[in-house]
Amino acid sequence: MHRGKGMKFVGDSRVPALRKPNIPKDYSEYPGKTEAFYPNFLLKEWLIGAVFLIGFLILTVAHPSPLEAQADPTDTGYIPLPDWYFLFLYQLLKYEFASGPYNIVGAIIVPGLAFTALLLAPFLDPGPERRPIKRPLPTAFMLLALSSIVYLTWESVVNHDWEAAEAQGQIVEEVAIDKESEGYQIYANATCINCHGENLEGGVGPALVTTEKTAEEIAEIAVNGITKNDVVAMPPSWTGSEEELAVLAEFIATLGDEE
Amino acid sequence: MLNKLYDWVDERLDITPIWRDIADHEVPEHVNPAHHFSAFVYCFGGLTFFVTVIQILSGMFLTMYYVPDVENAWNSVYYLQNEVAFGEIVRGMHHWGASLVIVMIFLHTLRVFFTGSYKKPRELNWMVGVMLFGVILGLGFTGYLLPWDMKALFATKVGIEIAASVPVIGEYIKILLAGDDTILGAQTLTRFFAIHVFFLPAALLGLMGAHFIMIRKQGISGPL
Repeated sequence: MHRGKGMKFVGDSRVPALRKPNIPKDYSEYPGKTEAFYPNFLLKEWLIGAVFLIGFLILTVAHPSPLEAQADPTDTGYIPLPDWYFLFLYQLLKYEFASGPYNIVGAIIVPGLAFTALLLAPFLDPGPERRPIKRPLPTAFMLLALSSIVYLTWESVVNHDWEAAEAQGQIVEEVAIDKESEGYQIYANATCINCHGENLEGGVGPALVTTEKTAEEIAEIAVNGITKNDVVAMPPSWTGSEEELAVLAEFIATLGDEE
Repeated sequence: MLNKLYDWVDERLDITPIWRDIADHEVPEHVNPAHHFSAFVYCFGGLTFFVTVIQILSGMFLTMYYVPDVENAWNSVYYLQNEVAFGEIVRGMHHWGASLVIVMIFLHTLRVFFTGSYKKPRELNWMVGVMLFGVILGLGFTGYLLPWDMKALFATKVGIEIAASVPVIGEYIKILLAGDDTILGAQTLTRFFAIHVFFLPAALLGLMGAHFIMIRKQGISGPL
């Protein structure tokens, strides 16, 4: 037998399948313009791959990957959120029929059934038909699963407070705070310190070291608090004098600018 | 020169049939977007592979700086992101690639499903593909913890609680993943690192090998 470079290859090494009606016909039996994989088709794939890679690199440069503050297991107020592709599973657990005593429904049964059905799809749908329209049940189930995933992800996204999520994870720059200053004394003696922390690093309330707000805005918030969508994010807090308020607001407003 | 070198190796090892088996086959018209534009749906599998290769390469570079330890994990990622030359791009590729590979494998699964390509004789390849999907989701889940920032820690906490709610074996799964039955900490991070960098990639490569060998054996499914 001739081996090596000059060896003749006939077609490719496909498993000879018995001709049964539910085996699709070998594509070499269809008339059409086939193309050699190597090198013709591979070169085209290469080009598409290059275009894809450029788009991908533009994405990575335009949107640096996020990094939140270092993990702090003692922060009990943090609202967790999984990465976007698990959001639909996470959302499922929020419904009454899939949480609390029925947690197992949302956590195990529904995802488990869906995954098993997907794994066993060839045996659940053994008929010879391949067109989606001619196998209505598998198509319907898949469309149902698809729309549930899209719906649940959507619900999860619109019900999440993204601003709060951004604030709670922020990396707080360590700003040197002059604890002897008049502004800090006022801060520490008022109720501010209880929620915003000893170093203004945040706690129940957000960090105040880089608020990017003007002194007037800060004074306004201190007096009136913040109410968003009828939820009190910060209660009206300031009860002291106007003079002290001005000093306090000026102190907080200038914290970030000292570099 | 190269030809001679090739011949020298080929004479001894008979390597021609190896690459011929991989590269020498016809691409049928119905999957070729050059002939039918709608055939671009057949590209998703290849793009999944492409992004997986990007993930492996960028991940290899990330481990040059990353330290799997609670004290240093976050700091090493912060340093990589802000100080290392092109670190932001390498981490960006790994971060966005993780999302992209899931998008691509999802589209690929839908293509195979709606063209009925999982039918006889390709049942085994479909099952291997679904397992690959599972492995990739596992890689996404374990990789999410590694930067050791707030969102990573608390998302993993929820994930492990869900795993723990599996009847009978839930508690054992939790201990296996977290390294402890109550604490989610140093042990968890090193376990997730090992799973993310060694166990799951090994499974991924094995399954991908099986996936591709089966494709070459059976060819692409015919036109609808």
